[in-house]
Amino acid sequence: MGDQKVIKNLKTFSTSAERFEGSHVLCPGCAHSIIVREVLNATNDNLVVSAATGCLEVCTAIYPHTSWDCSWIHIGFENASTAIAGAEAMNKALRNKGRISADTPQPKFVAFGGDGATYDIGFQWISGCFERGHDMMYVCLDNEVYANTGGQRSSSTPIGASTTTAPAGSTSYGEKQVKKDMLQIMAAHGSPYVAQVAPNKWKDMVKKIQTGFATKGPVFINAMSACTTEWKFQPHQTIEASDLAVDSLVFPLYEIVNGTELNITYRPKNIVPVRDYLAFQPRFKHLFKPENEHIIEEWQKRVNEKWEYLQRREEARV
Amino acid sequence: MNRKEMELNSVEVWDGNTCNAQAFRQASVDVVAAYPITPSTNTVENYATFHANGYVDGEFIMVESEHAAMSACVGAAAAGGRVATATSSQGCALMVEVLYQCAGMRLPAVLCLVNRALAAPLNVNGDHSDMYLTRDAGWIQLDSFNAQEAYDLTLMSFKIGEHKDVRLPVISNQDGFLTSHTAQTVRPLPDKVAYDFIGDYVQVNAMLDFSKPVTHGVQTEHDWHFEHKAKQHAALQGALPIVEEIFKEFKKLTGREYNLVETHKMDDAEVAIVCLGTTYETATIAADELREQGIKAGVIAPRLFRPFPLVQLAQKLQNVKALACMDRSAPGGTVGALYNEVAGALFNTPARPVLRNLIYGLGGRDITVNELKEIFTDLQNDAKNGKLTGKIQRLHGVRGPELSFYEL
Ligand SMILES: Cc1ncc(C[n+]2csc(CCOP(=O)(O)OP(=O)(O)O)c2C)c(N)n1
Ligand code: SF4
Repeated sequence: MGDQKVIKNLKTFSTSAERFEGSHVLCPGCAHSIIVREVLNATNDNLVVSAATGCLEVCTAIYPHTSWDCSWIHIGFENASTAIAGAEAMNKALRNKGRISADTPQPKFVAFGGDGATYDIGFQWISGCFERGHDMMYVCLDNEVYANTGGQRSSSTPIGASTTTAPAGSTSYGEKQVKKDMLQIMAAHGSPYVAQVAPNKWKDMVKKIQTGFATKGPVFINAMSACTTEWKFQPHQTIEASDLAVDSLVFPLYEIVNGTELNITYRPKNIVPVRDYLAFQPRFKHLFKPENEHIIEEWQKRVNEKWEYLQRREEARV
Repeated sequence: MNRKEMELNSVEVWDGNTCNAQAFRQASVDVVAAYPITPSTNTVENYATFHANGYVDGEFIMVESEHAAMSACVGAAAAGGRVATATSSQGCALMVEVLYQCAGMRLPAVLCLVNRALAAPLNVNGDHSDMYLTRDAGWIQLDSFNAQEAYDLTLMSFKIGEHKDVRLPVISNQDGFLTSHTAQTVRPLPDKVAYDFIGDYVQVNAMLDFSKPVTHGVQTEHDWHFEHKAKQHAALQGALPIVEEIFKEFKKLTGREYNLVETHKMDDAEVAIVCLGTTYETATIAADELREQGIKAGVIAPRLFRPFPLVQLAQKLQNVKALACMDRSAPGGTVGALYNEVAGALFNTPARPVLRNLIYGLGGRDITVNELKEIFTDLQNDAKNGKLTGKIQRLHGVRGPELSFYEL
């Protein structure tokens, strides 16, 4: 295998960036780039990566440039999972036929998709890949909106957010539906490992990615990816926005192993009210009008219930 | 190789679907990803049986839809190996998005498209609606008229698409049920001969070659998109002589001759029918019977629907006075697709016969020798008058009042 790269540990990995270069046109402060860079740096193995249509794809592979110093493919909006499953199948076939020798190290197969690509249009393809049990990791860059097309709602958009297709108005508080619980759905596929991660808790994130890479079979990672443009905060506030998300428990960090073992991996010392998380982002500004306050209360109630539910499951090991 | 060889007789009785599956097996396809749809299902089922019995050592993935089938094929092809699948009709419609992506990335997949009508109304039988649907997707499109040809052309599809100067995906078209389900005598090649003819897969920009990272499926704007598309178009156009070369090689190996444009008694034909698929053989019978009456009838069919052999077709039509273009697809408010192609091909050439457009055989409706003979009779009138009698387009064999359109 030629030059063996130095195995990165948690300290060194974040200072190296061989596989995802800075030459992209993602917005300043976009969490997509932080997450992708850390995922790619969490392993020394060869990588085959696919990306769904969305901000990540259109900002990192604009001909004749590419930010990807690894094998990479984009096909369409919905099929990043199946593209990588096809590549994984080809790897198996070529090994079985002896065209790739058995002692060549196994590469890792990773697909990235936004929440639109994951929760909505690509859902069937992901479900199919997970049911068939391909040895791959699917990472959802969950910014709760179709960012690339200018801020339309997705089924990950939380209740009360104002988006271009679910705008707040004189008779509407914005998005009516509650965010889909993608992690539970993916765990229910019998995935050996699913986890939620956020870039502000990067040690937790890298550990989970490494666990995912060490797991055989389809792994799902839901990564909270704060979007400065659509959530409307300043580019230097990405980590602050992420802190508020995890510390308010709006985005709890946990993992589910083999569909049965739930572990909460981060417990905020001081739980922040949901109100503070919402107040930070102008997409929720209208919720603070008296007629919409009930949405904030409802939201807080849901977050509390979910947190209790997660803790009960963790305790019961189910 | 980790697979059992299969002993084949020099003559087998196979239907078209068996031919496709055998061609996939003999090509030693690395990844087949598929989803069943009538009438192409048996291609996939036969292949699954080969896989289950150790005659195939590649990966066989039963995915959850045709869109996923082609997506997996594209991912697998970009990874660096030979891929194939089969579909029909609605499955093809679901695949179309990915067909464009596959061709745009210059990945040589093979798709057996067992032609069938598109809904609504739902109909499982054969017409050419799905073939026409894919015509601008950037795939090379071959067309077979019977099971033997389905076998031969599917085998050749791999060699054509993977040729270093082509690097494009190939559709092997064949008529639903008429070809796919009719058992016929077929002369297959022995496994080794077939494989050696196609040759080993030569990987280009493979994602599994980690010495050279590669980015597939980039984004372009007006600054580069045109150049990408121009090169793709040039590769398609440039495929014609390469296909011809591969046809010649195949003839040397098997004695079976294929041409960019197939002709029957066209040398001195004054009236002719141009068609695709199984209708070619029925029309040759009609032409032969008319020849016995001294009528100079001929039949002609482009072997490739894409790239369209425009020049070759025009050359063969120099002496024809009246020509009927047979379109087996609902025309959707215009003249038929084949009519359009042929009319376009002839417009700037000295060969400009009187041209009729016949819409026929939709949803699997038969066309008989006698009906074709009637069409030839109409052509004789056109030839005699030196102009079209009646309207340009006629819906042939439809119940109810006669339907015809476009009067000049
Ligand atoms: C079949 C199809 N439908 C619609 C689109 C348009 N489209 C491209 S990206 C996108 C939204 C992407 O949103 P998401 O997946 O959340 O990723 P983000 O851009 O937010 O990272 C849409 C709607 C498309 N490319 N393909
Ligand atoms: S719009 Fe949002 S997700 Fe897209 S690049 Fe900008 S910050 Fe990132």
